[in-house]
Amino acid sequence: MMINSKRAEKIAFFFLFLATLLIVVPVGMIIVIIIQKGLPAINWQFLSDIPRQGMRAGGIFPVIVGTVYLVLGAIAFALPIGLLAAIYLSEHARDNLLNRLIKLAIVNLAGVPSVVYGLFGLALFVVFFKFGASILSGSLTLGIMILPIIITTSREALESVPYSFREVSLSLGASKWQTIRRIVLPNAIPGILTGTILGLGRAAGETAPILFTVAAFYLPQLPKSIFDQAMALPYHLYVISTQVPNVDEKIRYGTALVLLTLVLFMNLVAIIIRYRFRKKKKW
Amino acid sequence: MRKFKEFIIEKLILFCGLASIFFVVLIFLFLLKEGLTVFKTVNPFKFLFGKNWYPISEPAQLGILPLILGSLLVTVGAAVISIPIGVACAIYIAEVTPLKIKEILKAGIELLAAIPSVVLGFIGMVTLVPWVKSIFKLPTGLTALSGSIMLAFMAIPTIVSIAEDALYSVPKSYKEGALALGATHWQTIWRVMLPAASSGILAAVMLGIGRVIGETMAVMMITGNAAVIPHSILQPVRTLTATIAAEMGEAVVGSEHFFALFAIGIVLFMISFAINVTADLFLHKKK
Repeated sequence: MMINSKRAEKIAFFFLFLATLLIVVPVGMIIVIIIQKGLPAINWQFLSDIPRQGMRAGGIFPVIVGTVYLVLGAIAFALPIGLLAAIYLSEHARDNLLNRLIKLAIVNLAGVPSVVYGLFGLALFVVFFKFGASILSGSLTLGIMILPIIITTSREALESVPYSFREVSLSLGASKWQTIRRIVLPNAIPGILTGTILGLGRAAGETAPILFTVAAFYLPQLPKSIFDQAMALPYHLYVISTQVPNVDEKIRYGTALVLLTLVLFMNLVAIIIRYRFRKKKKW
Repeated sequence: MRKFKEFIIEKLILFCGLASIFFVVLIFLFLLKEGLTVFKTVNPFKFLFGKNWYPISEPAQLGILPLILGSLLVTVGAAVISIPIGVACAIYIAEVTPLKIKEILKAGIELLAAIPSVVLGFIGMVTLVPWVKSIFKLPTGLTALSGSIMLAFMAIPTIVSIAEDALYSVPKSYKEGALALGATHWQTIWRVMLPAASSGILAAVMLGIGRVIGETMAVMMITGNAAVIPHSILQPVRTLTATIAAEMGEAVVGSEHFFALFAIGIVLFMISFAINVTADLFLHKKK
């Protein structure tokens, strides 16, 4: 009996290990394939030139710039709102129905399909506010999409600051806002930074929300204002891999590599900040 | 003066606190505003259960049943693959592996979650699709099966991380009690930990499936996009999400087609709303 249950355990653990391998190995393969086939395409010209010959040659500079604008715009919109919302949830909200509703709304906002964000952005920003397909519309759409990430991570960071810090500050005569600004926020910065970077990464990689709100199929020049359309990395990868025939494989893999590097780099930075912060924490 | 400043800031904080509710309502209202218009000309029952989706024929036929079935088929396929693998991986990470490897695996899962769906779609197109084509000797590898496999990869990070949390939050005393009674580690996991974490694991599975239903780009790139009622998983299908993404570019603003795509958006929004609210209830039950 004992031997049987020991053997059963071995078999079960083997299958658990197998399942883990089934995830880890393909992920490793995906990354290795993209690096291996994309790296030969990466050179200074590819990164600094405009796309030429109907995107079959040249570089992806305007595409990178477009993504950078979109991501910065999204964070400029989402960070202030998200941070204040997180402050509300961690410092002001009591455990009541309203608080519960807000949390439910955040969960739902995080679960709305990305293409539905695209529809929403189209209806509200492009058509209703008449911003047209523009960097402004795209940034706002992406900004609303990453709001839940920023709120959730910032709230966790704020809540992890010990309660005694606040009590000491308040007992010394500081007001609530002074306490939040001088005591709670500085101690929560690494966590807030993690959330911000994760939000940036998410915004950089999403395609569906920008499809109808900003993305230009082929626009070989830099955007001049926030009311211009722009190319963006994820949409560009979609276009050259499905919409344009006879694009050199090297260019496709190269574009995929640039996008993947950008997104994974930001996530890695976020993971490292969080890890070091946890180790350093004094309380 | 300072009192006044504090007052303003407090109100601003409250205002931003309410922003998420505001945006959820706003999204729903704008979907309704555009989407409900289509029901002036199309009967809602015919819209949901109509068997033909020919939005640009004259007169247009706007039945989304093939799209619903397409989404359903791809989702069921992805669920069958991702649930056992995801839950098993969560158990492995939470219970079996040593701490050092655990940290690395968790970071790896997080990175998988971060890979943009368009990149997964691209990789699926150049690797998975030709494999499926040659293994099953099909005319095309752009099938529901290819979509299911790729989508399973997108559901897995969600399932693993939430299920792992659920297992982690089972009280230590449960485990110690079982081990003290002479159960093996595996018996403890199977008979004690899993039942105790079941509502959290259920929530993990639901949220994973929610991710699959809402996924757009990868599915559009590798499922072949044929808006017909599928008869097998080895056929091309078209999902609700892919239909919106593929056709909105061509639909004229204010046309029946345009409104119909928004109506599909309403359907997607309601599905994701139902899934998220239910999953949230399960997660709260745990506490």
